[in-house]
Amino acid sequence: MKRPNLATLTLGALALLPAAAFAGPAVAAAEKQPLNLHAIGMFLVFVLATLAITWWAARQTRSTSDFYTAGGGISGFQNGLAIAGDYMSAATLLGLSSLMFAKGYDGFVYTVAFFVGWPLITFLMAERLRNLGRYTFADIVSYRLDQTRIRTFAAFGSLTVVCCYLVVQMVGAGQLIKLLFGLDYPVAVMVVGALMLVYVIFGGMIATTWVQIIKAVLLLAGGTTLALLAMAEFGFSYSTLASRAVDTHAIGKAIMGPGSMLADPFNAASMSLGLVFGIAGLPHILMRFFTVPNAKEARKSVFFATGFIGFFFLVVATLGFAAIVIVGSDPQYFVGGDTKGALIGGGNMVAMHLAKAVGGNLFLGFLSAVAFATILAVVSGLALAGASAISHDLYATVLKKGKASEKDEMRVTRLATVGLGIVAILLGILFEKQNVAFLVGLTFGVAASTNFPVLIMAMYWKGLTTRGALCGGIAGLVSAMLLVILSPAVWVTVLGHAKAIFPYDHPALISMPLAFLVIVVVSKLDRSARAAREQAAFDDQFVRAQTGLGSAAALAH
Amino acid sequence: MDLSVSRHAQNYDHIRNNPKFHQLAQSRSRLAWSLSAAVLGVYFLFMATVAFAPAWLHQPLAEGSPLSVGLPIGAAVILFSWLLTGWYVRCANTRFDALSAELVQESRQ
Repeated sequence: MKRPNLATLTLGALALLPAAAFAGPAVAAAEKQPLNLHAIGMFLVFVLATLAITWWAARQTRSTSDFYTAGGGISGFQNGLAIAGDYMSAATLLGLSSLMFAKGYDGFVYTVAFFVGWPLITFLMAERLRNLGRYTFADIVSYRLDQTRIRTFAAFGSLTVVCCYLVVQMVGAGQLIKLLFGLDYPVAVMVVGALMLVYVIFGGMIATTWVQIIKAVLLLAGGTTLALLAMAEFGFSYSTLASRAVDTHAIGKAIMGPGSMLADPFNAASMSLGLVFGIAGLPHILMRFFTVPNAKEARKSVFFATGFIGFFFLVVATLGFAAIVIVGSDPQYFVGGDTKGALIGGGNMVAMHLAKAVGGNLFLGFLSAVAFATILAVVSGLALAGASAISHDLYATVLKKGKASEKDEMRVTRLATVGLGIVAILLGILFEKQNVAFLVGLTFGVAASTNFPVLIMAMYWKGLTTRGALCGGIAGLVSAMLLVILSPAVWVTVLGHAKAIFPYDHPALISMPLAFLVIVVVSKLDRSARAAREQAAFDDQFVRAQTGLGSAAALAH
Repeated sequence: MDLSVSRHAQNYDHIRNNPKFHQLAQSRSRLAWSLSAAVLGVYFLFMATVAFAPAWLHQPLAEGSPLSVGLPIGAAVILFSWLLTGWYVRCANTRFDALSAELVQESRQ
């Protein structure tokens, strides 16, 4: 791998990781493939099954609580699968295995980095999210602060993240489906958008969760089967695998240890900061903690999720190394049959080629169908998170001051979902030829620098005031956006300048501490009567956070 | 939300004044923060080794083995932090939840 390729790949893989975000130019350049009937057939089976679930879920969805949080009736194990599903997408499978394929051990270092955020969420956030929140994370932030201003701001933060991420997903979906299924790009985007609307509008959170659970099981099963098939070629010996990988790979023994990828510590640190804490600021992930009946199940769900994610990451690492030997030495997977050249279909296709090599066309079809299912599940979660920010936060609480009838709120949610769906389809088509990598930087930058600081301070710091939360949140939002605009992904790639003013693609190392600093300073300087009231209210919030007394109870299903 | 807050205000006061509450809050926060520190500490140690002593991770696992020391270490970081997650969940779901149920019970008397 040459250097420019490395940058593209790193960014591409990063874009891919937390959810199916195919932003890398590697995929953008993908050509349309011939119609893949195995894949389409298996995908249709998935769609039929999920539509049946949606029909069933629609009959269970009567109240707003059913719609937003499945009535709090999801068990810890089920929710664990759903959370894992949100995080380990087809993109994790494709992006991480490709990174390992190209860079060996460096890819593994990244895998570890993408994992460590989860234990922290377990220790510090899971139970408080459940005990303090009801439908959206804005519930927690505005618990003792000014409902109108803080909620508006939190909803805005959610929607920014949701919209950026939806566009990334849509563009990725279009490219991936074009590549794997041989469908036209606009058709692919519209299929994804239409199915997403059906799941969310009719089935709400119940359907969205079950779609995610089914997909997580398929992905775990598919990935594990692929790893077993691949390891069979090496007699299930990592030792044999490693020695053959070293023989095959261009950089030889260097793949077994850290290489050049962490050469720039600032970029690496900023990226992992953004990823680790960005997860804790993604509305569609936070929303999952409200679907379980109590804090006990919330904790269990992160434990299961973390286990599935860790297992899956180790499987993916195995796939990457196996592919070095199996795919890397087979000319049929390279453009022009040159094993030193580019992979057919772009750099992210490693796992797919491996599937074909060890499992034939049928298995490739299965894995393609799982990849498609993954994108669908993630966009559905995003749309639901966005719709609840509009209807629960902006409409019911800010506009109607909490006096909206359930029926009206549900109507607004569904309208909001349709609106988001249309926006996602239109922007998805509009951005077809664009490099959307900057939107990934923006998504995680805003999540880590706006949503996360305000949320964690609202949970833990008594001194937080409305003024502090607003100023700090805005400082994080503006600085993250500004730094992304000045970064190479926008300044050079989109705007065509020669050199970026801010040389890194990820703003979190600067914008996140800035947000915290402003929150603390402004809150400390705030001597208003309101501030005193808000700080005094922390004590009750603290009791509820610890004991769960007064938190939204689960409805019996 | 406001409604449930005022409804529970008396219980909240009651619980806050219960010495067991401080015990609960303190032991929970001690456990949560020390486990967080352990996970971050192990992770940053790993990253520091990657950045400043890569040769150490490159060395073979055993004499003549093609596998490097770095591979099991990376996997161990994942496994270790997952096990700590399990430990926290176990403590919270048994010890802390029992204590907090007791508190809520006592506040209603």
